[in-house]
Amino acid sequence: MSESPVHGSGGPGRSPTAAVLGVALVVVSVVGVLNQAVGESSALHVPTYVVTLLGKYACYALLAVALDLVWGYLGILSLGHGAFFALGGYAMGMHLMREIGPRGVYGHPVLPDFMVFLDWKTLPWYWHGFDSFAFALVMVVLVPAALAFVFGWLAFRSRVTGVYLSIMTQALTYALMLAFFRNEMGFGGNNGLTDFKDVLGLDLQSDATRVGLFVCSTMALAAGYLLARGIVRSRLGRVVTAIRDGEGRVRSLGYRPERYKLFVFTVSAAMAGVAGALYVPQVGIINPGEFAPLSSIELVVWVAVGGRGTLHGAALGAVLVNYAKTWLTGTYPEVWLFALGAMFVVVTLVLPRGIVGLAATTRAAWARRVTGASRAPGEVVP
Amino acid sequence: MNHIIRHRHRRWLVRGLLGCVLALVGPILGATETRADFEAALAGLDARDFADKLRAIAEVARSGDPRSETVLAAMLDGRLAVTRAGGRLVVLPAEHGDAVDVRSGAPVPGLGARQTSRVRINNRLRGVLRDAIASLRLASPDRVVRLDAARALVGGVDASSLGTLRDALEAEGDAEVRGVLEVALAMAEARSDDVDTRLAAVRAMAGSLRPEVRGLLREMGDEERESDPRVRSAARDALDAIEAEVALYGHLSSLYFGVSLGSVLLLAAVGLAITFGVMGVINMAHGEMVMLGAYTTYVVQTLLPDALEISLLVALPLAFLVAGLVGVLMERGIIRHLYGRPLETLLATFGVSLVLQQTVRTVFSPLNRSVSTPQWMSGALEINPVLAFTYNRLYIIAFSIMVLLALVVLLRRTRFGLEMRAVTQNRAMASAMGIRTSRVDAMTFGLGCGIAGLAGVALSQLTNVGPNMGQAYIVDSFMVVVFGGVGNLLGTFVGAMTLGIVSKLLEPATGTVLAKILVLVSIIVFIQRRPRGLFALSGRAAEA
Repeated sequence: MSESPVHGSGGPGRSPTAAVLGVALVVVSVVGVLNQAVGESSALHVPTYVVTLLGKYACYALLAVALDLVWGYLGILSLGHGAFFALGGYAMGMHLMREIGPRGVYGHPVLPDFMVFLDWKTLPWYWHGFDSFAFALVMVVLVPAALAFVFGWLAFRSRVTGVYLSIMTQALTYALMLAFFRNEMGFGGNNGLTDFKDVLGLDLQSDATRVGLFVCSTMALAAGYLLARGIVRSRLGRVVTAIRDGEGRVRSLGYRPERYKLFVFTVSAAMAGVAGALYVPQVGIINPGEFAPLSSIELVVWVAVGGRGTLHGAALGAVLVNYAKTWLTGTYPEVWLFALGAMFVVVTLVLPRGIVGLAATTRAAWARRVTGASRAPGEVVP
Repeated sequence: MNHIIRHRHRRWLVRGLLGCVLALVGPILGATETRADFEAALAGLDARDFADKLRAIAEVARSGDPRSETVLAAMLDGRLAVTRAGGRLVVLPAEHGDAVDVRSGAPVPGLGARQTSRVRINNRLRGVLRDAIASLRLASPDRVVRLDAARALVGGVDASSLGTLRDALEAEGDAEVRGVLEVALAMAEARSDDVDTRLAAVRAMAGSLRPEVRGLLREMGDEERESDPRVRSAARDALDAIEAEVALYGHLSSLYFGVSLGSVLLLAAVGLAITFGVMGVINMAHGEMVMLGAYTTYVVQTLLPDALEISLLVALPLAFLVAGLVGVLMERGIIRHLYGRPLETLLATFGVSLVLQQTVRTVFSPLNRSVSTPQWMSGALEINPVLAFTYNRLYIIAFSIMVLLALVVLLRRTRFGLEMRAVTQNRAMASAMGIRTSRVDAMTFGLGCGIAGLAGVALSQLTNVGPNMGQAYIVDSFMVVVFGGVGNLLGTFVGAMTLGIVSKLLEPATGTVLAKILVLVSIIVFIQRRPRGLFALSGRAAEA
């Protein structure tokens, strides 16, 4: 069995690992050098805010790859992936809050400002351990993965599928949003966690740290992409794709689809958590808004625009849509929601395979014109 | 015989014999006598001696003249005055306007403070005046005036006016007014020095739900305030009984709010039960149809500012048409191309919802708009001091049930309903029988959206009308439909009511947000156990 059609243009014979890592390294070093080494007066200088913006895009792209893994290959449209992203972000945010230490506005040696403000006397039990960076890193992966595992275990075992599952994921993130808005939860309520000072002793405002975070995000994106690619190309990945296309048949063949689904769903949630953890120090805040159903749905459109079921398409879509968002909300804030809404409609009606699919179709058509060959049998007419 | 009874008897006489030839004399005599009493008494109001004033006040009150309440109220306010020239008794205006001559009732223009001298009163007179006014109002032929007067007395009666109150109670025929008066009397007697009187007062207060009574009983159960142990224990028992009753009414009130929330959810979800339940289309823009309905109400009210009372009735069909039309356009333009691809439908309709929200934001404003409530929907049906049903919610509950019933009739009894069910059950067969399936699809979708528009009109009476209002209901509505069982109107009804009532009953214990989370989580768990909802369809329809 060769590549499934949706796998798109990976192209045979290339070494993906080397290529992806190469591209990531080139991007990182070019941006890094242009920011740090080239003088500010130079036309080639990349300002630090652009570096941070790119770092943000990399986090979004990683999140999109995570979603594409479940949507494109598992056929589960998760409308709650933003929740995993936000949980990872909160785990990192909690560490950054503890890092502030006595430098808060109220100067309390242990308690973060908002707890002093709420007149709390002791640290809630779930905040313990977050003073350690390693512990926080584990939590970044573990908390979203655990939630995904429990949720998935319940959902897949009772064979909830399709639209029902989508709406349940949306309800999940909605419930979490409401919960995190509560001050009593101990996550800063409405305002979330903010006013971070530094990470691992490095000042978060300094250019070098920002470039460092950008490098980390890009490398995490590359690693996440390779991991996802590894999964979908493996034997397990074939079963996963088969489950997407005909769960009943796979079950009849003796597989246990719920186990495969659970595995991929959990891995994807962990990836989303990592993306959130890298995102928070760069934007400097995490609040319950990240749990909003709209954020999760916006993320679906990145994947749809790029082309679902391709992984690199998802990453590309995340960057393109977010670039458009940055630009539109800056210049024509009114237009952004119109554009986003239109994107949903156009992509589903006209571009079901996204930009990557369009590129593949165009290339195939071009090749036919050049060679004069007739249309390949079974190819879908766009 | 006291003056109130006499007054009442005279009134009865006047009314009862009206129409009789003989009675012609009665009213004339009565009226003349009244006027004479009244006018004679008026002169005394400005007497130099306070004792004379006191007597005059009593006479004015006793005269039974309709003007006496106005005069006494003006005197209490310090607005009764005598003109320096001519010595006419006038009522000075409270703010602007002309003074009014007491005897003739005619306005006297151009009277300033310099041309008059005010009738002086002291604290003792104030008490007497208040008392006299209260008795006058308690003797009013209008039941509402008497009830208001009795309510004003609760907790504010001092020992001197006990007699007046007892007389009024004796003369009172209306049970409700009697009840309030009894409580007022008991509260006054609870301060008596006599232990037995206090005990009797506690017994009389037992069962009253007025907050003042609870405060007083709490005081009487307190060792520092009350010396007699029997009174204390009686007060505590009475208080416990009252608190239990208040708690019961609190639950009833929560239940009412639950049913009200349930009916709102029902309105929002019933349209979804058509589009999602019957057609299988996930319409994420459903909440925006609700919003369009609410904005239609706003536009109707803005265009017809003079017709507030009927604006909702005008808005109902318009909202149905606007939302239904948008729905038909959506179906023709987008959804039609995506049948059989539910996830894509979800995304496309979500896009539509964003566009609609932003359109409304651009056309109207991002701020909430206020929609007024017509007179006939405002106010509340007061059962007792702790339980009141607001009319707007009562109307919405009735309206949601009417919509549901109308929908059932439409589905079961009309040609369109028959075609709709035929297309849902077997599209190919329906088409072969000559049903234009694509037209039925569009109409069905329009129907679902139109009902959402109706929900918007109802919601505009409960919440703010804003671009995001639809978002608040979309998740809940889907929960209702999924919980109740897809494609089942009874399930939608039961689901909506259960959700509404459970969340409102939880709220007092857990708070709004936590209640919402708990309900969401329990539905998620419930769906795990019964993926097809409360009332699952069985047989072939379940496979569709």
